[in-house]
Amino acid sequence: MSKTDVVVTGLGATTPLGGDVATTWSALLDGRSGISVLPEEWHEKLPVHFAGQIAQEPSEKLPRPRLRRLDRTQQFALIAAKEAWEDAGSPEVDPIRLGVVVSSGIGGILTILEQYDTFREKGWKRVSPFTVPMLMPNSPAAAISLEYTAQAGSHVPVSACASSAEAVANGVDMIRSGRADVVIAGGTEAAIHPLNIASFASMRALSTRNDDPQTASRPWDAGRDGFVMGEGAGILVLESAEHAAKRGARVYAHASGVGYTNDAYDIVQPDPEGAGQARAITQALVDADLGPDDIVHVNAHATSTPAGDVGETRAIRSALGDAADRVAVTSTKSMTGHLLGGAGAVESIASILALHDGRIPPTINIEELDSDVVVDIVRDKPRDMPTGDVAVINESFGFGGHNIALVFRRA
Amino acid sequence: MANHSEQEILKGLGEIIEEIVGTEPSEVTPEKSFVDDLDIDSLSMVEIAIAAQDKFGVEIPDDQLKDLKTVQDVINFIQK
Repeated sequence: MSKTDVVVTGLGATTPLGGDVATTWSALLDGRSGISVLPEEWHEKLPVHFAGQIAQEPSEKLPRPRLRRLDRTQQFALIAAKEAWEDAGSPEVDPIRLGVVVSSGIGGILTILEQYDTFREKGWKRVSPFTVPMLMPNSPAAAISLEYTAQAGSHVPVSACASSAEAVANGVDMIRSGRADVVIAGGTEAAIHPLNIASFASMRALSTRNDDPQTASRPWDAGRDGFVMGEGAGILVLESAEHAAKRGARVYAHASGVGYTNDAYDIVQPDPEGAGQARAITQALVDADLGPDDIVHVNAHATSTPAGDVGETRAIRSALGDAADRVAVTSTKSMTGHLLGGAGAVESIASILALHDGRIPPTINIEELDSDVVVDIVRDKPRDMPTGDVAVINESFGFGGHNIALVFRRA
Repeated sequence: MANHSEQEILKGLGEIIEEIVGTEPSEVTPEKSFVDDLDIDSLSMVEIAIAAQDKFGVEIPDDQLKDLKTVQDVINFIQK
């Protein structure tokens, strides 16, 4: 039986580069950094003084009474979902055929930490009665389900920094399985807090380039020293091609293939051989019924960590073989920072827009390319993408060994 | 304990309710029911009761909170 064709009909995002997709996309093509300095009072206690903080605060878009009962992950997710839904033309769909798959890697941790402060200072009665529905990892998916009356099912795959790529993959599978015609899919993260920065810093995972924050995220540069934490959300409207055609929807791309694997190598280190990552790519290509020659671009996971970045290029080469010579690879994290559970969805959007607009955003901040990189990196300036029936891959990996590859094909 | 006039309490409740659920203070009048007229759910009622306690210095125990159905009920309770 042939697979249901799934298409992308709506995009929404709020990121360190902009409060919507258009602003974010133009900043990516311009090669602009979204990294900014953290509040002064945090500096003394932390080795890292910067992050990819959201460009537009949710208070500019949501009313105050609404904000106070939503965790910041939910706020971002609702803002991005609204943009995506409207971008898709606010599809008319039977509520029992509308699904939601929206993840967060960490969940409502700001709520947990803030309410714990309140509890210690003022006692249990001052703890917000909305604490539980705010801190639940499923709270963004639940808020979106409520907002759009999505009754087909609401899912929250949690796989650290691969979470929202996995959410997109699950959304595709949900439509293929026949459980929904339309799925709101993506992810959100809001974890910029001294404790979380301390936690990643204590792993020695973060860049400490405090003297030049905007060049700190430098995937594949020989001098890279860790990732830059970011926050934000990306949401896609996925739809069966049949449903989209019936309502005459604009189609950005086909969501053609998904691959899921696990390294089972180490709780945080990726397998240096990249075997699991390569298997995810191969699986996604088979799923999409495409071959390595169809791929022209990879939006890599590359977070700017010493170990991860080059291993990923080996995995790309191992999965695509000689075809890798014709594949332009980029890491938009060089500009957004690492949105953790929001990364996969935001980078899916960048991959889809690269296909749709025919332009690949660059990787910025590479002063000296690491000599172990074995693929062609798009540096400094955007590059035109080949025309015609071509496809791109978005990769996301997460602590816990999770590897997700998504294939999008030009519509 | 300070005595609060009915007007004072009504104004204070209007501010609290606007802050917590976004209702216009002019909508908050004595005869209004929290659930039926002002569309306030039980979790928001808990927040409102705590805020009212801070503002007027009168504790509203949980077992009495459920009997406070209208704005007037709260005014009466605080004045008691």
